[in-house]
Amino acid sequence: MTASKDTGQPQLSSKPPVSGRGWMLRGARAAISIPAFILTSAFVGFAGMARETGLSLAETLLMTGAVWALPSVVVLTGAMASGMGLIPAAVAVALASVRLMPMTMALMPFLKVPGKTKTWHLLIASHFVAVTAWVYAMKNLPDLPREGRLPFFIGFGGGVTSFVFVATGIAYMLVERMPPMAAGALVLVTPVYFLCSLWGAARMNADKAAMISGLVLGPLFFLYFPGLDLLWTGLLGGTLAYLATRFWRRGLS
Amino acid sequence: MTEAWWWPYVMILVAGWFATDVWRWLGVFAGGKLREDSELFIWVRCVATALVAGVISKLVLFPQGVLGDTPIWLRLAAAALGFVCFLALGQRVIVGVLSAVVFLLTGWWILGS
Repeated sequence: MTASKDTGQPQLSSKPPVSGRGWMLRGARAAISIPAFILTSAFVGFAGMARETGLSLAETLLMTGAVWALPSVVVLTGAMASGMGLIPAAVAVALASVRLMPMTMALMPFLKVPGKTKTWHLLIASHFVAVTAWVYAMKNLPDLPREGRLPFFIGFGGGVTSFVFVATGIAYMLVERMPPMAAGALVLVTPVYFLCSLWGAARMNADKAAMISGLVLGPLFFLYFPGLDLLWTGLLGGTLAYLATRFWRRGLS
Repeated sequence: MTEAWWWPYVMILVAGWFATDVWRWLGVFAGGKLREDSELFIWVRCVATALVAGVISKLVLFPQGVLGDTPIWLRLAAAALGFVCFLALGQRVIVGVLSAVVFLLTGWWILGS
């Protein structure tokens, strides 16, 4: 919590009362940030992947805007590429995005003004919960006055989302004209981005163990049980990692 | 993929949008009631992490399109180097991503020429 004031951030506190719209604008301005830039490059990589998989521009953009969580987007793209059915694909995506629930839960106490905030406002704001916006919000929202937080967060999330949406569309159209090497390198951005940010977001050994078992089991299940391989990787790899680290944490209790 | 033109959109809305946003909505309603460090959530997070990790290694080992033309060891080395740089240089994601991309492009260029 010590390095929460980056030098490039606009000064957010200690100003006279600001309207809801004013807070939203400030949030949108704060969206121009390094994490947002990295996220954009990861989505640009996704645009390359989507094109190679055969998704249309409209499908790629709908996925970006409506799903708005890169792991789910990538899992869904993989599921559609391998012709998975609707239900298995939905289960795989739901498993990949389950972590959004505890993340949203942890954010709610910051956003809510008890007795004043309307639930449907929170439901709208919750769409922007994804690793990038969440990390930023958990770090910076506590410094803002309570009434300013929800509009600020919506402005921030909306800003990042619109920027990434446009960048993804442009990248999709440009990939075809790129030299093949550049397009190929873009496809590598996504896995490396995940590799680093998953490890960085890991809070305990269980997360790291799950990551390692998933990395190993993923290709094995893909080769020997294609089709539902992602589901098995998640369920088996995750459970193994959980049980092993639980045993390590607290023995056989 | 299936025949009808609208099928991909149904997939995206049901298997993508709904399957993702439902967790966010549940998070709004459950906010403050469930504990984030309960055993159930640790397990759930493990499953989600392993699933996404499986996606990562599939993307590196069996990529779609032009990246698939590169030798498998080059992709593995690029991803590994990116991760090592990320760990060694203060856990900055941008460092990991950039070093992996630079390594891949250099190797690809040397092999191709």
